[in-house]
Amino acid sequence: MRLMKKENVPQDLSALGKLTKEVCYATDESGNYVTQLSDGWEVKISALDVAWDDIKERVAKARQQVLDGEASPILFFMEYRLMDLKLVADYTGFWQWQIKRHLKPDVFNKLSETKLKKYAEAFNITVADLKTMTVHEN
Amino acid sequence: MKIDFEHRQSAHCESGVTSNLLREASGGKITEPLAFGIGAGLFYAYVPFIVINNGPAIAFRTMPGWIFKRTCKSLGIPVIRKKFSSREKAEEFLMDRLNEGQPVGCQVGVYYLSYFPKEYRFHFNAHNLIVYGKEGDNYLISDPIMETPTTLTSYELERVRFAKGALAPKGQIYYTKYTGEISDDRIRQSIKSGIKRTVFNMLTMPGPFTGIKGIRRTGNKIKEWREKLGIEKSKLYLAQLVRMQEEIGTGGGGFRYIYAAFLQEAHAYLPQDDLLAISAQFTAAGDLWRTAAVQAAGIYKGRLGNQEDFDTMGNYLLEIAELEKKAFIALKNIKWRT
Repeated sequence: MRLMKKENVPQDLSALGKLTKEVCYATDESGNYVTQLSDGWEVKISALDVAWDDIKERVAKARQQVLDGEASPILFFMEYRLMDLKLVADYTGFWQWQIKRHLKPDVFNKLSETKLKKYAEAFNITVADLKTMTVHEN
Repeated sequence: MKIDFEHRQSAHCESGVTSNLLREASGGKITEPLAFGIGAGLFYAYVPFIVINNGPAIAFRTMPGWIFKRTCKSLGIPVIRKKFSSREKAEEFLMDRLNEGQPVGCQVGVYYLSYFPKEYRFHFNAHNLIVYGKEGDNYLISDPIMETPTTLTSYELERVRFAKGALAPKGQIYYTKYTGEISDDRIRQSIKSGIKRTVFNMLTMPGPFTGIKGIRRTGNKIKEWREKLGIEKSKLYLAQLVRMQEEIGTGGGGFRYIYAAFLQEAHAYLPQDDLLAISAQFTAAGDLWRTAAVQAAGIYKGRLGNQEDFDTMGNYLLEIAELEKKAFIALKNIKWRT
């Protein structure tokens, strides 16, 4: 059995590692626990990649559905912001059945400015961006 | 205004915040591992019928806020804790404390936490940080995950304090005004009761989803995933398991190492050699969690994918369950001499 030694703490540069190292507990030569900084671990980095690949796929699919007129931009931003119906409901104050209606393009197009603002606020975007499905990377 | 407060990085947010908030009162005695052990931070739960972020709901830790609550309660330290429905009142209360020179712990959501890299921002609401001052519109933040102190604008802080969804923080603030001493004898008693609670949570808590039973159940479920979910969904599920297990602020392997460190520190207060032997068992369990994560990575990266690979993965968890069961039974059976 390989015990977790200080020198075995993984040092694979992760997205977090570029900003901050992580503290790990590991043992020194005499088996005593000390803390050791880690840049990241390849196993974790790839787990995160799997999650993001899935999200990107869902976002791309949602974008296509909006372009095809099958859904309103709310669906796109829901996926983009990793939200489910319940979370959108929590952030906007709408009921889930209302949001489901707003996911229809023709209902969305008739939404009042006040309602659109609620969605924009929840997605941290402007109403104009919401309508045009515009993303500003930041 | 800036309160005199020393930022210290930790492995896990809440035990770090607890240790940092208690540093003055405890004269630095309550380290992160001690807070984690006394607060009974180690836990396991897998609830198969709940889906989070399109994956399984697996927790390696207790409910947010409980480590601080239990540690303080056990040490006889009064805790002040407040949730808010009004954002204005939440900020007013925070400012009042800061003006009094009181650093405070805050539960926050990670999604809009601006200083986190984008890749790490999910709708996870059980993160903890300390606010220790305000300069202009910037709150001074000691986030125990970060190497150095950081800042959030008042808008950004409000947004994360009022993040929505599961375990919504509702502006939750916690701190202690305690300045009295914490005696070694008190710490000894708290270590024992922390161990007792963790033993209960992992061995005897009723229901099939938690503790050792939960780990074993997860192992058995994983063997069925390939058949039931298909390979693509299984990959997502395993990746989520590993993220819950090894990512910052949570932790399977990582938590075992902290717990092993806790038992070593406990030995300094309660010099009984069984604590050291059991500490080594938790280190071994931590290593096995990590080995399991490597196996999972083999599957979600597409290098592995046969039913046997899933069986191996499931068996690792069964093996871990046995290992930890032995370790917790040994902890349960310790005859305290003091």
